[in-house]
Amino acid sequence: MSAETAGGAVAASLPAAPARPRAGARTRRLPLFALSVIGAFVLCALLANVLSPADPEEQSLRQRFTPPVWEERGTWKHVLGTDRLGRDLLSRIIWGSRVSLTAGVLTVLLASAFGAGVGLVAGYHGGRVDAALMRITDATMSFPVILLALILAVTIGPSFVNVVVAIAVVLWARYARVIRGQVLTLMELDFITQARIAGASAGRIILRHLLPNTFNTLMVLVTLQVGYVIIVEASLSFLGAGIPPPTPAWGSMISEGRDFITSAWWVSFFPGLAILLVVLAFNLLGDWLRDTLDPKLRQL
Amino acid sequence: MARFVFARLVQSLVALVILSVVVFVLARATGDPLHLILPMSASEEDYANARRYLGLDRPYVEQYVSFVGKALTGDFGTSLRARRPVGELIAQRLPNSLRLAAFAMTVSLLLAFPLGVLAAVWKDTGVDRTAQVIAVLGQSLPTFWVAIVLIEVVAGRLQWLPAGGIGGFTSYILPGFTLGWFVVAGMMRLLRSGMLEVLDSEYVKLARVKGVVESRVVWVHALKNALIPVVTFAGIYFSILVTTAIVVETVFAWPGLGRLAYEAISSRDFPVIQAVVLTTAAIVAVVNLSVDCVYAFIDPRIRYVR
Repeated sequence: MSAETAGGAVAASLPAAPARPRAGARTRRLPLFALSVIGAFVLCALLANVLSPADPEEQSLRQRFTPPVWEERGTWKHVLGTDRLGRDLLSRIIWGSRVSLTAGVLTVLLASAFGAGVGLVAGYHGGRVDAALMRITDATMSFPVILLALILAVTIGPSFVNVVVAIAVVLWARYARVIRGQVLTLMELDFITQARIAGASAGRIILRHLLPNTFNTLMVLVTLQVGYVIIVEASLSFLGAGIPPPTPAWGSMISEGRDFITSAWWVSFFPGLAILLVVLAFNLLGDWLRDTLDPKLRQL
Repeated sequence: MARFVFARLVQSLVALVILSVVVFVLARATGDPLHLILPMSASEEDYANARRYLGLDRPYVEQYVSFVGKALTGDFGTSLRARRPVGELIAQRLPNSLRLAAFAMTVSLLLAFPLGVLAAVWKDTGVDRTAQVIAVLGQSLPTFWVAIVLIEVVAGRLQWLPAGGIGGFTSYILPGFTLGWFVVAGMMRLLRSGMLEVLDSEYVKLARVKGVVESRVVWVHALKNALIPVVTFAGIYFSILVTTAIVVETVFAWPGLGRLAYEAISSRDFPVIQAVVLTTAAIVAVVNLSVDCVYAFIDPRIRYVR
């Protein structure tokens, strides 16, 4: 359920977002920069095969380390230059956006679906179920994400699926904590008692009454974490435990250019810039969503 | 209070046990470790002997208990790559990591406090906006990229600081700064929002009405309460710091635990990874535990909420 409903909730909740009188005019303005950057990268990811000027994996050793077009030896054929194997950087960055965005969104959806589920169940049942689930949540939360991904990469081998699973396995705990807190307050309210008296089952109360009321919070968390996941995924690829070559991933592109930073700075620089832009956009959008939808969340 | 500390202690131990089981299972799930140790020409008999010698023929539960028992005494086996006891490698690298982490944490605190408080006091001014930009960038910049760019510009082109390795004080500046930025960002934002809320409260107004000097109102009365959320998140920041350190140490050729982990991955050195993961998790657990105790101490409400 979560993929579609969560996606739909963004679209549905944006225009209807209540204007908070205290939040001030600055927060209510639509974050145009963030939306357009995200829009541009989503477009790149969807239409990578149409938009990219060259094949991202095509090598041409004679044209290796061609600088970007505005430098002395640059050509319009390779606007952002080429890497160590003569592959077109712009095309690789465009294809890389597909990898990064898919990893980011998929991981967060997986983590939020599972985490929200745990949070709803824990908050609804309370007592021992709650205590047990929260102990596991706390244990997970204190575990450094990259370490787990590293073990998985070494034992099972690095792959896209492993990266997504490894990050999601740690990330869900944050959702469980926050959603459970919300459910606990919701459970005190009259409409839940009334639903109970009306004979609604546990499943119905959780799905029809509790879940919709946590959507705002979920949206804020999801948006704020997409950026974080993209950075973690890039770090893993950078360390060689992420998405294996030759698939163009921004993290491994930076890592490949590292040894040539003095002679060919562009190889590492542009993928990093791409990460910065996307993550910045998601963080700004998340901040904005939080200020408009759920000011009480503050730092999450 | 004692009950709270005890409950948290048990919880940390449970977390570590779960983790050690995960590590143990993953180590066994990925094929026979003997394939890595024995030569290609080994016969069936060699395998059987080695299995008996290493205790791999015993039941899993027994193996797990002996694995944990050894791990507790610092015996993590022998590194496949360095051919040295893993415990020795860890003991050699850990102090370097702790030193770097302590430096980065100090830098972060020194930057985050004044910036966070002043951004709240001078809300919507140039100071506030600069602080916000620093924070947003800190949370959006990939650490390893910042590290590479800093090495190229500050160490390479300008030749101001060493590019990597551990040495005198100057060698700490670049990695420490890179490592601390993300933490600065988060802490500053927490402090700012905490201060904004507290500065608006009744007791701060009362202090002002009573004629307390403004600097005392801000730095003593308000800051005390604005600190509570920062302490709550301190544990999470620490685990972020540990995670980031793997990347930072790798780029700056810092001979710490993080770089050891990276080297172990590239050479599939499983005993080392296992040891690094468990050591790090234990450190994180201890820090989290202490943070929670401090938190319960400064904010008595938390002891009863659970």
